Amino acid sequence: MRGVRKLFGATVALAGVDLEVRAGEVLAVVGENGAGKSTLMKVLAGVVRPDAGEMWLDGQLYAPRSPRAARAAGVAMIHQELAVAAHLSVAENILLAAEPTWAGFIDRRGMRRRAGEALASLGRADIALDRPVATLAIADRQVVEIARAVAVGCRVLVLDEPTSSLTREDVRHLETLVKRLRDRGHAILFISHVLEEVRAFADRVTVLRDGATVGGGELAAVSDDAIVEWMVGRRVADLYPRSPRTPGSELLTLTEVAGRRLPESASLTLRRGEVLGIAGLVGAGRTELVRAIFGLDPIRRGRVRVAAAEGAAAPARRWAQGVGMVSEDRKGEGLALDLSIADNLTLSRLTGLGPPGFVFSKRQAAAARAWIEPLGIKCRDVAESVVRLSGGNQQKVAVARLLHHDVDLLLLDEPTRGIDVGAKARIYSLIDELARKDRAILLVSSHLPELLGVCDRIAVMRRGRLGPAQPVAELDEHALLQEAIQPG
Amino acid sequence: MTIWLEKLGPLAGLAGVVLLFAALRPAEFATAGNAEIMLLQTAVVATAALGMTLVIVSGGIDLSVGAQIALATVTLASLLAAGWSPAAAVLATVAGGAACGCLIGSLVAGLKLPPFIVTLGMWGGLRGLAKGLAGETMVVAPATWLNDLLMALGPDRRWQLVPPGVWLTILLAGGVAVLLQFTRFGRHVVAVGSSEPTARLCGVAVEQTRILVYAIASALTAVAGVLQYAYLTVGDPTTALGMELDIIAAVVIGGASLAGGRGSVAGTLVGALIMTVVANGCTKLELPNWVQEIVTGVIIVAAVTLDRLRRGEE
Repeated sequence: MRGVRKLFGATVALAGVDLEVRAGEVLAVVGENGAGKSTLMKVLAGVVRPDAGEMWLDGQLYAPRSPRAARAAGVAMIHQELAVAAHLSVAENILLAAEPTWAGFIDRRGMRRRAGEALASLGRADIALDRPVATLAIADRQVVEIARAVAVGCRVLVLDEPTSSLTREDVRHLETLVKRLRDRGHAILFISHVLEEVRAFADRVTVLRDGATVGGGELAAVSDDAIVEWMVGRRVADLYPRSPRTPGSELLTLTEVAGRRLPESASLTLRRGEVLGIAGLVGAGRTELVRAIFGLDPIRRGRVRVAAAEGAAAPARRWAQGVGMVSEDRKGEGLALDLSIADNLTLSRLTGLGPPGFVFSKRQAAAARAWIEPLGIKCRDVAESVVRLSGGNQQKVAVARLLHHDVDLLLLDEPTRGIDVGAKARIYSLIDELARKDRAILLVSSHLPELLGVCDRIAVMRRGRLGPAQPVAELDEHALLQEAIQPG
Repeated sequence: MTIWLEKLGPLAGLAGVVLLFAALRPAEFATAGNAEIMLLQTAVVATAALGMTLVIVSGGIDLSVGAQIALATVTLASLLAAGWSPAAAVLATVAGGAACGCLIGSLVAGLKLPPFIVTLGMWGGLRGLAKGLAGETMVVAPATWLNDLLMALGPDRRWQLVPPGVWLTILLAGGVAVLLQFTRFGRHVVAVGSSEPTARLCGVAVEQTRILVYAIASALTAVAGVLQYAYLTVGDPTTALGMELDIIAAVVIGGASLAGGRGSVAGTLVGALIMTVVANGCTKLELPNWVQEIVTGVIIVAAVTLDRLRRGEE
């Protein structure tokens, strides 16, 4: 691709992207959210057409007019949200819209053979051809989708953040599969912003910022710092600010709390002016613990005390007690995507925006606007739908709700998952600022450097049991991981 | 800007059909008398559609409104025949509607049943109840001032501009618009319809909100039933058959999303008017009934398609 440009109205989505990927190579395309990765992909896939620049494929000018044309030319997209027909079988999915036919009837045997070949070429002949895709795990559905591209002879594969919903083990399997494809001569574009994965998967990297190519090279010759600097356009001097904090009175006390299924037992004490981290593997019961505290899931056993209030309570009561929560599921639960920034931001506390019972749009907008600048939320107006914002800005809105409500205790469940470095930095500095102002923060995260950078103490959740919280000074990644995975 | 664009879409459609028929049949269509008739024809559907707007914005649906209207005409006529004063009979009818709504809302929110199924059951159940109460026949009631609610105005009452039933619809529309747009309850309704998990996370009492939505909606439907009675002057258990679809269509043409979270009172009123204007205009053009029905069908699909395109473009 050379000098590809795309404008949406006055917004420059792509300002000149140059990239090149060779057969038998994995090229990582990285950039913050909003850097133009998704527009670039739409151009590649033929969903939108570039305003300038040209693309070449195998020495021929490549200008797809539709996703179908792109696929016919041999370029396949594997999106973050998988596009499989859940009720159809694996074989039917792999040859969807490319079914071999005989006199108008589907040639079932031919279909099974070709689907089987495609899976075998990926080293995954173990996936049963007749199973409905709905019964497959996410990772296997992804394999089915890749097999679909391979079965119709696509030579260029674009994987859009393919690891975002996979477990560690699945990521390793995907890595093997991608390398296998590479060695068979496919050209692969790997889109991600997790540097460790970029290093594991790719041979070369191209960095986008503000819609343009700003750097790249052979991964063996490029340092992580250099990539991050390209991505954010400045030095990330101190990602985790930490001002001196003095713990105050106890705000949250859990005594052997058990939920419906998880957690089995969790005890902790959290004081004002303190950031307490919870580490652990996915499925250990961390999210369930936070939900039980906030009243979204029932508490089977044990005691919860928030300041002076004892016992379980529904979310409405928790908000009234000065507790707020950011959900790990930003799009499904954290935010009502179709609603405006103002509606989302003020939903938990609509009082005071008009006479009792009333909400005046202007006052609601003003209340929301007050948080736009302090949090650096990039938007046109607070009346804009949240769905139009980038992931990082969406998350800032979800966090701003807690600030609007002025809560004392913040329960943050994976608040930085899937957002760009700039937004992460903003959330870290906000957590520090809140702790300094005597708020208490409970932070659940799977990203260990983040926990070690932000928290005062960290406890590890393992198979539903929460271990004792230890000061960060006595911990490192290795120790946390050890505690999270140790058997028994 | 975008809000204006959203409101303007259906309104432009209404202006379009009005101008079209006015150009084709200036003498018959574009008269004050015909305008009044069209408002009278719209009142029942529009009033019920106000309630339906709340239901649809909250992410629900109500297929039983036609049956509820029939039940309301029967209830009202029976009470009048039993010697109740018109005011008391109307209040009791509306209270009965609210009770129906509470039942629907409780089944939806309490038993977590899909609103489509609950109200499909009500569609049969309430229609049967209306027939049972009426003894499977028309219920005749003494003439009262209620019969004048939807009567074209004579020269002596011209100062009222439009008949009282139309005024009632307009007032209720204003009330529902304020309720939806400018109250805490209204914002909660939108939030529940847009994303129930988010509403729950933010401490919105989702179940109570749903029950209240159906209660208010069915009370409004009962008012539509009172207007239908005024139009028929008898209680008729078989009236308003299929009207639920006209009512849902009005809300959808007005820009509401059946997935919830989006919809406006102004849009719904415009949607209801578009349907009346098309029906009335086709009659004036002396087009047969079946043509009208096809045109209405096309308009419903076209309105939603245009709405999609407009949103997609932004």
